[in-house]
Amino acid sequence: MERVPILQLGNALLVSIQVDLQDDSVVALQEDLAERIVATGAAGVVIDISAVEIVDSFTGRMFASIAALSRVLDAETVVVGMRPAVAITLVELGLSLEGVRTALDLEKGMAILDGLAARRGIEDQDPDDNAERPVTPGAPAP
Amino acid sequence: MAGDDGSRRILELVRQDEAVLLQRWVAMAVAPLQGRLTPAELAPVFGELLATLTNALDKGDLDIRSDNYAGPRALLAEMSRDWARRGFTPTETASSVFSLKETLFGLADGAGEPHQTVLTISRWIDTLGLYTFEAFARAREQVITEQAEQLLELSTPVVKLWDGVVAVPLIGTLDSARTQIVMEKLLQALVDTGSERAIIDITGVPAVDTEVAQHLLKTVVAARLMGAECTISGIRPQIAQTIVALGIEFGDIPTKATLADALLHALRGSGVDVVRQLRPGRRNS
Repeated sequence: MERVPILQLGNALLVSIQVDLQDDSVVALQEDLAERIVATGAAGVVIDISAVEIVDSFTGRMFASIAALSRVLDAETVVVGMRPAVAITLVELGLSLEGVRTALDLEKGMAILDGLAARRGIEDQDPDDNAERPVTPGAPAP
Repeated sequence: MAGDDGSRRILELVRQDEAVLLQRWVAMAVAPLQGRLTPAELAPVFGELLATLTNALDKGDLDIRSDNYAGPRALLAEMSRDWARRGFTPTETASSVFSLKETLFGLADGAGEPHQTVLTISRWIDTLGLYTFEAFARAREQVITEQAEQLLELSTPVVKLWDGVVAVPLIGTLDSARTQIVMEKLLQALVDTGSERAIIDITGVPAVDTEVAQHLLKTVVAARLMGAECTISGIRPQIAQTIVALGIEFGDIPTKATLADALLHALRGSGVDVVRQLRPGRRNS
């Protein structure tokens, strides 16, 4: 079984799927990802599937369940780099991936996460930035 | 064997007077065509056909699927193809072969042949006629396939309207095959141009029913899966009424009346605003 590496990139986790996934790797990935989100407190997950050529209903459902799992742990999921053939297959399978954000490539995916983070007011990466922001009473501590 | 005997008897009939037989056959075949084909055009074709048929009969063969009939089969297929393309009906094409039957019956009557021979002739020509009909149908199907392919080729350009905005002006009815091609082309264009916004313009789509709407929705969802926002534009008043009457839900997919509106929507969405600039001269006057 191949394990998919999970990389940390700033406040986000990057999962780059380079091979066509077997079912047990998919299950392992979900477990690993849940652990890493908790361990790192990441605010976003980017799944890069630009190398994936074949999907079935199981892999399709994986994206949805990873997104649901991430949302429970307060992280947003963005699936990036989906190939046209894969998109058509998912539509034909009737999977529209409700609740999953998508982007054309990794860069645009990261931009979406940045935008979401800005909207939620979580920019706790830079201490200077934090210091300049006026502290509103009642706001949760970062 | 009865078959061998039958073929010999038919051969004798044909050989009695081949020229007269051919002449009668051609005359009988041309009659219902009302001048669209002259005897002079038909005679060489039928002459060749009759010669190859006599050859096959000479070998004592009545099974038109056998190797002995390769010649007649090729000629019949060629003839059917030709007639199909020239717009003759299937009945006219098959009748031309069946008219050989009547001609032979006439000869058999004259020679006082038994019923058995008449039956053999009838069966033999029936198989030839059916083969012609099949060849005709194949030729017609080929014409239809070719035309459908040509139609698909000219149907779907994907145009770039702005940096990051592509559009597909759809023209003609949407069926599954076309939707598939539109979808593939649009999605590929999104990848190639890195566009995050797409507009599907249905000004040229004559009617929208639930099936067409379903196809449109599929395309939009596929584009979304790839991370692009899709707008449907060019909805004419009648089409809007049909959509409402049929109870089609486009959900949260933005729809616009004209391509211009959709382009503006796409530009604003990507952070570009369109501003009309007052000319200095006009402002001063």
